[in-house]
Amino acid sequence: MGKLIERQRNVLDFTLSSLLRRKGKNASLFLVYTLVVFMLASVIFFTHAIKREASIILQEAPEMIIQRSVAGRRDLIPVGYLDEIRRIRGVTSASSRLWGYYYDPVAGANYTLMVPDKFEYEPDSIIIGAGISRTRLLYQGDDLEFRAFDGSMLVLQVQDIFPAASELVSSDLMLISEDAFRGLFGIAKEYATDLVVRTGNPRELATIALKISKQLPDTRIILREEILRTYDSIFNWRGGMMVFLLAGALLAFLIFAWDRTSGLSQEEKRETGILKAIGWETSDIILMKFWEGLVISLSAFLAGIVLAYCHIFFTHSMLFAPVLKGWAILYPEFKLIPFIDPSQVATLFFLTVVPYTVVTIIPSWAAATIDPDTVMRT
Amino acid sequence: MRKSNLFLFYLASNLTLLLLLFAHASFQELHAVPLLRENIELVKRLMLSDLCLFTEASYTRHLTQADLHTPFQEHPVCLEHFPSGSILMPPEMLKRPYGKID
Repeated sequence: MGKLIERQRNVLDFTLSSLLRRKGKNASLFLVYTLVVFMLASVIFFTHAIKREASIILQEAPEMIIQRSVAGRRDLIPVGYLDEIRRIRGVTSASSRLWGYYYDPVAGANYTLMVPDKFEYEPDSIIIGAGISRTRLLYQGDDLEFRAFDGSMLVLQVQDIFPAASELVSSDLMLISEDAFRGLFGIAKEYATDLVVRTGNPRELATIALKISKQLPDTRIILREEILRTYDSIFNWRGGMMVFLLAGALLAFLIFAWDRTSGLSQEEKRETGILKAIGWETSDIILMKFWEGLVISLSAFLAGIVLAYCHIFFTHSMLFAPVLKGWAILYPEFKLIPFIDPSQVATLFFLTVVPYTVVTIIPSWAAATIDPDTVMRT
Repeated sequence: MRKSNLFLFYLASNLTLLLLLFAHASFQELHAVPLLRENIELVKRLMLSDLCLFTEASYTRHLTQADLHTPFQEHPVCLEHFPSGSILMPPEMLKRPYGKID
């Protein structure tokens, strides 16, 4: 056993010396390989973490949202619909939601205005998200002017700011009193933005939804399950799209690796020829090539993963952030929770190390079967 | 020092680093539980349906509330908002067929 290990170590020593003799070439291969692993790992870590966080946070989203469509457009819903809904068996409670968007021309951003169930402040107060505070430089006690539906100005005072830790759900959110909201948009008391229904038994949701759509045919129902599925599919596709784009880079890298291992330089051919002439077997050369591949792929794989983790979870996805922010003026500054598991590392291993090993097997075998006499003569 | 020893040392330190990252991840997960609970409570209390991820336009803010009239709200030749306009799939419920095509 000890002899076998010593043999492997000797081959590894020789392989490392051989790799160091062609420093530039191998360093460039290592760098490109590390970059490919880094990008793929960053995408996988980012999408998995954000998807998991979305599924956890939205588990308490409304069970059922009912909206009204008029002439094919979403419209305000009469609060009177609540009585009909409450009469349906299985409905525990039903309430209305008042929310909407307000475009602030000063910041060039859209705010989400929402009336909470209980607003414990003065009617002319607002509570704002940390993103709004950061963009408009608004702090507790500051006034914010709104242009109402009739052109009049409405001044509301910032009473509180949502904690920065909740930015993923509250960055552009503004809580406002019902009177101020209705006054701002000119919405009558009899109307709400949409309705929210709670049921005692989640298994009855589909039946209740069917009953509501039959009794109130101008409504559209959104279930919590659909909300969660939407986020799951968005991030799946988002991950998928980025992985698809990166697949091009991976393919280019594999072609590069193939080219590097198949197009042996004169020096490499001479080295193989000399090794065979002094008694190395074909199997020994293949073993050396195996170690060569392993040294490069394992080193690059581990370095790429460690760098990707640092990129996503220590630098707040520094490279992805500008792309994700896009046109947004108000963008949440959230820190992703590192939800990672060994299966992600295994996926990355199969996406990067295995293809590299496969494309380098044939060139390695071709290199190992070189005729020493021919090589040394040329 | 033998080169193989140096390489094995490099591999071992990388593996240790990887294990430390896993430890860091599980520590951060535990540490984030109260924060997640607060956010879940906020979602429950305010009856929120969406994450604040794409704020560039009103129709990209609440992805789950999107309807079939969501696209082209600015004007028909308007460039789509980036990145949401180019990388988002329609919500599941909009992918349901409205009737048999044949």
